[in-house]
This record gives sequence, C-alpha cells and structure tokens, in this order.
Amino acid sequence: MIAVAGSGGVREPTAASVARRDGWLRRLPLLPAFVYVILLTQIPFALTIYYSLFSWNLLKPGSFRFSGVDNYTRLVTDESLRTAVFNTVVLTISVIAISVVLGLAIASLLNSEVFGKGLMRTLMIAPFLIMPTAGALIWKDTLLNPLFGLLPYVFTPFGLGRVDWVNKYPMVTVVAVEVWRWTPFMMLIILAGLQSQNPEVLEAARVDGANAFQSFRRITLPLVRPFIELGALLGSLFVVQTFDSIFMLTYGGPGEDTTNLPFLLYIVAFQGFNIGQASAIGVVAVILTTIVATIGLRTMFSIFQVEPRR
Amino acid sequence: MSANILGGRIPVSKVLWSVVGWLVVFIFFFPVLWMWLESLKTEPQAASSPPTIFFAPTLAEFQEVLSGDFPPFFINSAVASIGSTLLVLILALPAAYALAIRPVKRTQDVLFFFISTRFLPFAASLVPLYLLARDLHLLDNIFALVLIYTTINMPLGVWLLRSFLLEIPPELFEAARVDGASFGTEIWRIVVPLIAPGIAATSLICLIFSWNEFFYAVNFTSSVAATAPIFLVGFISGRGLFYAKLAAAATLASLPVLLAGWIAQKQLIRGLTLGAVK
Repeated sequence: MIAVAGSGGVREPTAASVARRDGWLRRLPLLPAFVYVILLTQIPFALTIYYSLFSWNLLKPGSFRFSGVDNYTRLVTDESLRTAVFNTVVLTISVIAISVVLGLAIASLLNSEVFGKGLMRTLMIAPFLIMPTAGALIWKDTLLNPLFGLLPYVFTPFGLGRVDWVNKYPMVTVVAVEVWRWTPFMMLIILAGLQSQNPEVLEAARVDGANAFQSFRRITLPLVRPFIELGALLGSLFVVQTFDSIFMLTYGGPGEDTTNLPFLLYIVAFQGFNIGQASAIGVVAVILTTIVATIGLRTMFSIFQVEPRR
Repeated sequence: MSANILGGRIPVSKVLWSVVGWLVVFIFFFPVLWMWLESLKTEPQAASSPPTIFFAPTLAEFQEVLSGDFPPFFINSAVASIGSTLLVLILALPAAYALAIRPVKRTQDVLFFFISTRFLPFAASLVPLYLLARDLHLLDNIFALVLIYTTINMPLGVWLLRSFLLEIPPELFEAARVDGASFGTEIWRIVVPLIAPGIAATSLICLIFSWNEFFYAVNFTSSVAATAPIFLVGFISGRGLFYAKLAAAATLASLPVLLAGWIAQKQLIRGLTLGAVK
C-alpha cells in the first residue's frame, strides 16, 4: 500500500506528461465556448431525438408515453410535411437563384465606371439591414395592399391594378420580398470578388481583341465564381430558415401554400403544443440541413482554404 | 464615343450605365424611402388612395410611438443584443485565440463543429430549450433571449475573431510569452488592442443578428421581455389603419442596425462571410 502511494506521489516530470500538460493549457481557453455550445445545442438536440419517440401534447396533462417511431410514420404519410419540404425547396432555390443573378448584375454595374458608386452601394445594402419583420410589413401594408398600397395604384395603367398579391400569389410575394432582402447580400460579396480583380488583366484582354462579353465570361466569371458560391451557400443556409417574412406576410397561407419547415414547426409546436411531433419534424429538418450544409461547407473549406497557420 | 458634359469629357457609356445603375438602386431602396415618407405623414395621408406624394411632414407619429408602449420593447432589444454580444466576446475570444495562435490537434474539426452549430436549424433544439425555459421560469424573461442569442452568435464570434488573429504576426505573441506574461495578460494587454477592429466587426455582426431575431423572440417572450420585432406584430392585421404609426415604429426599430451597417460597411462584408472575404 505504502509503496504504491509513494510511487504515485513523487513522479519525475517526463516529456510525455509535460506535453500533455501543455496540450491541456492550449485547450483550456477553448473550453468555455465549447462547453457552452455543447450545452445549448448538442444536449437539446439529443433530447429532441428522445422526445421524438414519445407521444406528448403539452395541452393534455399525462399524455407523455413512449410511441416508438409513430411520429415519424405519421410524418411520412402526412401531407403537411411534404408540402412544407416542397415549399422550403422552392423558396430557397428561387430566392438564391434570382438574388445571385441580380446581385452579380448590380455588382458588375457598381464595379464599372458610374457616378456615385459609394452612395449607390450604401443605398443598395439598406434592404438587407432593415429589420425583416419591418420590411415585410412595409411591403404587405403600404406597398402591396390592394386598396391602400402604392404599387396597385402605380400598376393600374398597366392592367395590373388592384391585384391582391399576398393572397393571390402568396409564394411569388414571399420570394419577391426575400429576393429584395438577399440581393444586396449577394451583391456585397460578389462586389468584393470583382474588386479583387486586377484591372490590367482586363485591359490586356481588351488589347488582345476580346469583347466585353468574352472577357466577362473567360476572365471575370472564373475569378468571382468562389465568391458567388460562398454567397449562394451562406444565403441558402439562411433562406432555408425563413420565418419572419412568412409570419408577417402570409402566416403560412392561404391554406399551407407558403408553409415552409420552420413555419410548420412553429404551428405544430406552439399552436398545437404537440411536442413529440414537433421533435420528429426537428430531427427531419436537421438531417436535410446536414446533407446540404456538409457538402456546402466542405466546399467552402476547400475554396477559401481555412487552414491552421502552423 | 465621348460627349462634352459640364465642360469635361465624359464617356457616353458612363452616363448611360450611371442612369441604369441609379434606376436599379432606386427600385431597391424605394421601400425604405417609402417607409420614411409614410412615417412622416398623418394617418389619413398614409392610407389615402391615390397615395399622397406631396405633404407637410410631421413627426407626430414618432412622438406617438415613443410616448406610447414602444420604448420597453426597444430597451429589451438593446439588453438582449448588447448582453449576448458581450457574452459572445468573453467566451469566443479565448477560443479564437486558442484556435489561431496555439492550434490544438484537430483545429479544423473544432472550427467545423462551431460553424455547423450556426446552421443547425432551430428545429433541432427548439422544443427542449422551450421546456427548459418553462421549467426554469425563464419564459418571457430577457435572460433566456440573451443565452439563446449568445448560442446563435458564438460560431460567428469564434470564426471571425480567429480570422483577425491570424493576421497578427505570431512573433508578437511569442515575445510576450518569453517576457513571462500570463495568459490573461497576454489576452488583455496584447490580443485585445491588436484586434480591436476585429472585435468591432464581430460585435457589429452579433448585434445585427440578435437585434433582428424574430423566431425565438416570438416564441419565448410575450409581454415583459418582448423585443422590437414583436411590437411590429401588433400591426399585422392593419387594414388601412395605423400605416403612419406602423411606418414610424418600423423606422425606429430598423434604425440602429441600419446606421451601424452603413457606418461599418467594410466590416459588414467580412463579418457576413465569416472572415472569408476581406
């Protein structure tokens, strides 16, 4: 007994133990943030998976009971989820595609010889900075309202007057408002890419007889491609989560025409208080997002070479 | 291809593209401009058909909003945004430092882990967090929003601060360590002053995201801790009523982020791209 205690008590510091101590010292500053994030994201996610295996409605006391994969089988047969996934995909793809194209066009404009570039950029980014709930309300009530809005009035001479955009074309309206918001984001990122371009290369191409379209396709586009990809990736990760503007513009309707995954989750969890079902939706949403994000983020890692310095 | 405008020789193409550019900018900026115009009208002017274009501006609706029940919402937004931003800085700075200056094994994986939590859908953790907040009596408590916004912004904080730290020559840190500076001294006396611009950029992005956040605010607060976007929900079914008041409230709610973003445009790009675009 004594011998064992002695041998444990006085130990010469070996190279290995010093390295281990040093390793822990290096990791220590990392720990608070790491632990915080684990506590508030990973443990709740584990609980979400756990709850998804239970039938549990907060409005019905004592309804907590194990139900296996019932919540998932219900999701597979439930039309609401399919509609929500479909709407999420339509919304995300159309918003990103349109805002990348517009963003590229506007960034090219701002990168060419025009008057008042700085002020143009400043005004252009305003839609992205405006609080999304505020922006959606302004669009819905003061611009698109068929009776009091400005746009129906302006469009009347063109045969488009008094159209109830929010109710008749709900998805078009949501996409339009989101494009208005995300085009400035794409424009900013693509503009940064364009500005990193060496103007002498374009000049040389011009001297060699390349026209504007050729030098854009052969020189500019390959250069800004990583910036476009970065914008599209980050943008889609945000747009997939769109909730504010749907809540304010259409409240997911009419019917379920604009209900996307986050809005469906909101309805099931906070209008129906169906905890088990909401958790199952959560798990499905995570799986879908993970697939997209893993591919996307790995691409981003390779594009921008996020490497440790030493 | 050149014309004489205002005495100088200016290419026609420049004039042409400027006109096109300003037209596009006007279309995108118009809703913001319209919001401002509506906020300066009286209620009958704001909801008139045909729309009122020329009017004597009045600040009456701003006074109405500011003397009414709006200020508590605004203050809650400020507490949630500033509180969570400070917490992010305190936790993320040492982590970013460890990842940039003293890289551990698997730095890539740790970075990847942090950023993946930013894009984890809120569906992933919403229900357990809600139940936890309910059981701890943190529903409708601004502290719950501070904690959640800290979680949302932590990955941004770690990534961005790390990208700024990577730009500091490592010799500076080594010199400090040789001089026997403790870790705390090293962070406070050397790291913080050197990356002050980085801290400013990170704070800006954290403030923007938490100030505009709506999903958790609408589900975790009701009255006492409700933030500025929740105040706007009250106008959701306005049919021709209160447009001027709505516009004034929307203007005030958007003002802090709009001003911050306009002032710090360079930092905005870097922040939005997690430090990838400088």
